[in-house]
Amino acid sequence: MSSITDPDTGSFRLSMLINDTRYRSLTFQAIAAVILALSFAYLGNNLIQNLRQAGLNISYDFLGAPSGYDINQTLIEYDSRSTHSRAAIVGILNTLLVAFLACLTATIFGVLAGVLRLSNNWLVSKLMAFYVEIFRNIPVLIWIIIIFTIMTAVMPAPRAFRGDEPEATMLFGAFAFTNRGIYIPAPVWGPGSIVVVLTFIASIVGIFVYRRHATKTLYETGRLLPTFWPSVALLFIPVILMQLILGRPVGLDYPVLGGFNFSGGLQIGAPLIALWFALSIYTGAFIAENVRAGIQAVSKGQTEAAGALGLRPGRIMSLVVLPQALRVIIPPLISQYLNITKNSSLAIAVGYADVTATLGGITLNQTGRAIECVLLLMLFYLTISLTISAVMNVYNNSVKLKER
Amino acid sequence: MTDTSNTAFVRTETIPPSPPPAAETGAIKWLRENLFATVPNGVLTIIAGYVIFLALSSVIPWIWNGVWNASSLSECREILDGTRGACFAVLTERWPQLVFGLAYPSDEYWRPTLAFFLLFFAAAPVMFFDLPRKMLIITLFYPFIAYWLIWGGTIFVPILAFAGFAAGYLVYRQLVTNSFAAGFLGGVVVAFIVWWIAGFLVPDGASDNAMLSPVASRDLGGFMLNMMLGVTCVSLSVPIGIALALGRQSSMPFIKWVCVVFIEFIRGVPLITLLFVASVMLAYFFPPESTVDLFLRVVIMITMFSAAYIAEVIRGGLAALPKGQYEAADSLGLDYAQAMRLIILPQALKISIPGIVNIAVGLFKDTTLVSVISMFDILGFIRGPLSSTTAWNGIYWEVLGFAALLFFVTCYGISQYSQWLERRLATDHR
Repeated sequence: MSSITDPDTGSFRLSMLINDTRYRSLTFQAIAAVILALSFAYLGNNLIQNLRQAGLNISYDFLGAPSGYDINQTLIEYDSRSTHSRAAIVGILNTLLVAFLACLTATIFGVLAGVLRLSNNWLVSKLMAFYVEIFRNIPVLIWIIIIFTIMTAVMPAPRAFRGDEPEATMLFGAFAFTNRGIYIPAPVWGPGSIVVVLTFIASIVGIFVYRRHATKTLYETGRLLPTFWPSVALLFIPVILMQLILGRPVGLDYPVLGGFNFSGGLQIGAPLIALWFALSIYTGAFIAENVRAGIQAVSKGQTEAAGALGLRPGRIMSLVVLPQALRVIIPPLISQYLNITKNSSLAIAVGYADVTATLGGITLNQTGRAIECVLLLMLFYLTISLTISAVMNVYNNSVKLKER
Repeated sequence: MTDTSNTAFVRTETIPPSPPPAAETGAIKWLRENLFATVPNGVLTIIAGYVIFLALSSVIPWIWNGVWNASSLSECREILDGTRGACFAVLTERWPQLVFGLAYPSDEYWRPTLAFFLLFFAAAPVMFFDLPRKMLIITLFYPFIAYWLIWGGTIFVPILAFAGFAAGYLVYRQLVTNSFAAGFLGGVVVAFIVWWIAGFLVPDGASDNAMLSPVASRDLGGFMLNMMLGVTCVSLSVPIGIALALGRQSSMPFIKWVCVVFIEFIRGVPLITLLFVASVMLAYFFPPESTVDLFLRVVIMITMFSAAYIAEVIRGGLAALPKGQYEAADSLGLDYAQAMRLIILPQALKISIPGIVNIAVGLFKDTTLVSVISMFDILGFIRGPLSSTTAWNGIYWEVLGFAALLFFVTCYGISQYSQWLERRLATDHR
């Protein structure tokens, strides 16, 4: 609302505080501030009294004390003698890990499902509509628990892989799907592996250089160089050659059944997989709807005009439709990424050691420091949320339609 | 022209129209156009068909062989005798607990059931505008009736609570002709005075031999708890959301700043942490001797949560209104409250209804999260008490599928309603 200013009518009277638009907003704000301050004072006073009655005080000393509990999945070194703050950091890293993985796969699922839902193929589009409706209308917590149940109750135990006639067999002799999680080969960095890694990085740089060169050639001469296959070749051939020349410095450590469980390899625990997969397919359904809306928002005339220029369907999609659709897709995509990060706190339901489970779960229960733990937890999520939305807004602005 | 009799043959009648080739009609044409238009399309069809076949071939026999009458999982397995089949007996046996929770007295099941059916009469006039406006009276009384039916206890509590609202409204009606702010504040003050006096009016042992025996909040559970949380929090958060949205759009910097901080803070943290606040932290902020029960604390936090999201949806609606509407309201000489009530909000709310319904659906799904703070809603009951009984230990799909189905039916129903509403409210002729 635009504000209308009353004409100056001379001296100040008390009634002008409420009747004069010049002072009224100030009056209201002062009243609001007083009410807010009073309620905060009331709550704070209650808090102080309650804490005194319970013999507590607000202190963050517990963060330095030994935690005394184990965490089954950690990205950094951690044992039960580490401090509570280190347990919290382990949890934070686990949260970031699952959020990152889920964002990645949810985008893939979502884009696939969104594009396929617009397919001319009746069966495929109906199947995708079914997928979207089923996942959007059932709580994510139920999905997490269903997938966790599949992982823990339906998958074979590690001992099923034993014996001459095992009940279960490993996929390609390298992947084992058990009720404790999935075992995959882990890379082993032998001497000289640094060269292979550097070659890989150089290949990626090479791909960018080549693509830039291709674009430049296209603009200068109109000649279209192939990009896809040369990129693939650039990505793989130098690394494989270097690997062979140096005598396989980068090896793989296969999981082997020994004792009661697999040893070696890399274990991805069942809770992580359940959470990751459930968040991906759940959020994928929402992203699919965003993608569909984005593509449908590009007017059909654009596709037809591109077709009239003689572009092939693939190029129409990548050069005309997608760049315009992305502007519509990206803002809701940001909030879906935020949702994934926040929903990863449901890890506590399946026992994945994210920050809600370590700081907000075991640490809180052991130390009884409810206020401190919950405040730290909120602070963490708030920081993450604000960071993601800030970063994505920068990107959003960079693809925004430049209007003049 | 020459004589036509010399030419070999000229047809004198028109050829009757013949039916199109078999490949261009009916089912075959449909199949060709929709399933096998191109080779990649055909491959996709075959893959999709195979996926559907795989899913159906495992699910249909499982449901078909389902056992509906047994007292435990092992008895189910005996009846099934090695064949694959579901054990739906758990649903028939545990149905009341899945719906009403573990501890709700079984003689009183009719009360929440009645409250549930009354909900349709209360919600109908709000959802469908063609119904007679007089039905809104049911909506007006519904919260008090439902509270009394579900919690039981003395009838004085809901009656006096209603009296507070009624007195507040009457005072508001008197004062609003002068100014909206005076009416609003006066109404609130009078309502609080009535409630304060009412606190002394209800005698101490009133609930002991009341018409409906009292039920404690901790005895509520099952899908009923999800419904109660969903309905209560959504209906409470809409007015708060409107206030927050108006506050965020306000020209008063202090109010705007408070609203922005509140909204961004709530939207930045996951609901679980807010539920932690409700379960372990909020008690510290109430007066030491008071005991505010967990249900109320959870309602407070979930309402704050959804109010922040609804505020953002309504802000979108406010921003989508053309500036001319605001200017028109000014030019008519309406003050802020009048302009908002009569011109801006009706239009802004109409734009934001689909968004609000989306939030409502999301919130209803999120009520399952209370199982994390050990409240036994349907999911909490399935994960806790049900799976720890010896009779039903190890049963997953039937109960989880049942819970999923309940949520699907409700949420899909609401979203279909929202789409209908969107079509219904599309008054701009495009």
